[in-house]
Amino acid sequence: MNSTLEQPESLRTEELLVNMGPQHPSTHGVLRLLIQTDGELVRQAWPHIGFLHRCFEKIAESVTYRQVVPYTDRLDYLASMNNALAYCLAVEKLAGFEVPERASYLRIIAAELNRIASHLVFFGCYGLDMGAFTPFLYGFRERELILSILEKLSGGRLLYHYPRIGGVARDIDPQIAAEIQNFIKEMRRVWPEYNRLLSENAIFIKRTANVGVITKEAAVAYGLTGPCLRGSGVAYDLRRAHPYSLYERFDFEIPIGQGLKGTLGDCWDRYWVRLLEMLESLKIIEQALAGLPEGQITAKVPPVIKLPEGEVYVGCENPRGELGFYIISDGKPQALRIKVRAPSFSNLSITNAIVRDVLVADVVAIIGSIDIVLGEIDR
Amino acid sequence: METFTQLYNGPYSWLLYVTVMAVGGAIMFVWAAGMAVIWTYGERRIAAFIQSRLGPNRVGPWGILQPIADGIKLLAKEDVRTKVAAKLLYNMAPLLVFIGAFMPFAALPFSERWVVVNMDIGLYYILAFEAVEVIGILMAGFAPGSKWSLYGGMRLAAQMLSYEVPLGLCVMVVIILAGSLNLASIVEWQSHNAWGFKEPWILGWTIFRSPAAFLAFIMFYIGGLASTKRAPFDLPEAESELVAGYHTEYSGMRFAFFFMAEYASMYLICGLAAVIFLGGWYGPIPQPAVPEGVSLVRRWSEFVAAAGGFGSLGGWVWGSLNAWADPLNLRILAHEAIGAFNMVLKAFSLYFIMIWARWTLPRIRIDQVMHLCLKVLLPFSLLCVILALVQVAVF
Repeated sequence: MNSTLEQPESLRTEELLVNMGPQHPSTHGVLRLLIQTDGELVRQAWPHIGFLHRCFEKIAESVTYRQVVPYTDRLDYLASMNNALAYCLAVEKLAGFEVPERASYLRIIAAELNRIASHLVFFGCYGLDMGAFTPFLYGFRERELILSILEKLSGGRLLYHYPRIGGVARDIDPQIAAEIQNFIKEMRRVWPEYNRLLSENAIFIKRTANVGVITKEAAVAYGLTGPCLRGSGVAYDLRRAHPYSLYERFDFEIPIGQGLKGTLGDCWDRYWVRLLEMLESLKIIEQALAGLPEGQITAKVPPVIKLPEGEVYVGCENPRGELGFYIISDGKPQALRIKVRAPSFSNLSITNAIVRDVLVADVVAIIGSIDIVLGEIDR
Repeated sequence: METFTQLYNGPYSWLLYVTVMAVGGAIMFVWAAGMAVIWTYGERRIAAFIQSRLGPNRVGPWGILQPIADGIKLLAKEDVRTKVAAKLLYNMAPLLVFIGAFMPFAALPFSERWVVVNMDIGLYYILAFEAVEVIGILMAGFAPGSKWSLYGGMRLAAQMLSYEVPLGLCVMVVIILAGSLNLASIVEWQSHNAWGFKEPWILGWTIFRSPAAFLAFIMFYIGGLASTKRAPFDLPEAESELVAGYHTEYSGMRFAFFFMAEYASMYLICGLAAVIFLGGWYGPIPQPAVPEGVSLVRRWSEFVAAAGGFGSLGGWVWGSLNAWADPLNLRILAHEAIGAFNMVLKAFSLYFIMIWARWTLPRIRIDQVMHLCLKVLLPFSLLCVILALVQVAVF
């Protein structure tokens, strides 16, 4: 008896190519993901980028060094403070400006607040990707507190233009300091709530643990940085490895993935690293507020900044990884070339390697856990 | 229903039958469509409170007119159809889904006497029509020629194959215990003789009569969540994965059909669970006792006949007035109204839990749905059936 079914000649099956994006609810902007699917199984995925290209690097060659700062805000629009900080540090390093200590501390406070805000967006959006709506609103509730603080500090709610070359735009006043203290208290209170709602949710763990595993070796080989790298168990954080802007004075841990719920380097690990990082950022802000030195908030900077001939690279720890500015100067008021090393760009490059034979729902989980911002990928 | 046909059995009696059916059907239709109206507002408000925000509060007092505004918006929207769509299937799909969700309401009772058709196979009828909905959704997934719709349709097919079997087996537990497919008899059975009480109150409910039934209730509810495509089983329309799943390419009124069907079938599952597991109209609020077999319609007709018969205007008016004044009639009315309140209370409580789950839980993956339904729910529901059989045989 023949027990196997033979496929008739007339029945032709082939794999289905689907465009996931650029208009799709969970591609976090305008990423186009071409996925090759066999039923629910995704054989491969190719990210296509470039939909948000705004010629940042070219524009940066035609405007003065000062004028570039607001453009940097628009790279990773969820972490404007950190972008501007990295750029300012690069210019200051080449020009040799001495940034006052108070300015450095204020920059750290702003950058760490923005890091928490960015991770809160990740927390909310990752919940959305998993089909849970409520975390999104919880995350945005606390983010609103940060935004109102940063608004008072800088005047902007999303794009701040707060770190300036040589210092910061405005000084902090006691009222803002008190608000930050309140926020720290509030954040520590609600953080366990997030875990009850999402991190420890059995369905969430089922969806993220053992999914999208990035091994240590792969993470390093693909140039992953930030939580994606630390989620794979590599304790590499630029704030500790190459301290900048007085980060060496602060005491904080570097959370790394440990494979608590599944395999080391899975989506849950990357998620968890970000959640822990929020607490570490709170610690840093607390210390910075307590030890805020008196003094100027900006260095003496000439009206027209001309950098000496030469080149400089400064990398900073963005919420998404190492954001680097490589500036070449030929002595003119404009840069000869500014190259941005965007963390999301490198992080996204691993997509094709880990999206292999997974389910459609896993693609969303993996892309979400890499936490990309198209603004800095396409620039 | 039968009571009406018993009143008059002369020529053209079918006309009476059709009229009564049409009126009853219209009432249930409004009730089913009303679910979408009541619960879109309810769901958005509840979701808002869960998520520490306000929800709709601008249209009318406390925003209660919001569903009407939504309805007008949907009616006024352009009806877009994709070029490559299979026209017939595309047009039929929303209607089929609509029919699948609304037809079962004919057999879903409010209380003992307030039901359009008291069918002997009521339970079977409801489950059968519930499955028609699936065909409509498969058509909706296939017809527009969109890949995302196709995914939604295929997911639903996989999901349906997984949840239908345990769902049916859980219902089987009740059928075995109660010995009937008639919803009224199932409730009747629940209201007598349990745990040594003649009037057992809530102890008479199916879920308290046997551990098998309790387990079956939980599994029925989980299966019901899957059948209504509610979170965490909202894979066929998973927004973050499939854009909008099977209704990606539907807009305007066609989309509204899917929408109303979803809310109606949620009430259907909750109402069915309330009837077969939670005593239906029996308890928690006790109903005044009425004699067996009395019917409001028949009593009314008797009053009319006593006042001059259906032939005269005086008979209609005085008979009806006298019927209103009769204490037993009022008692029957109270009996039915309290029963309906009990029933709606239970159904809405279950409905609330569905909404609560949706705004709390993440979505599970398709393989996990199938694993849950086929490897967990199916063996356990089989176990429940066996337990129920043993219980019936031994006790």
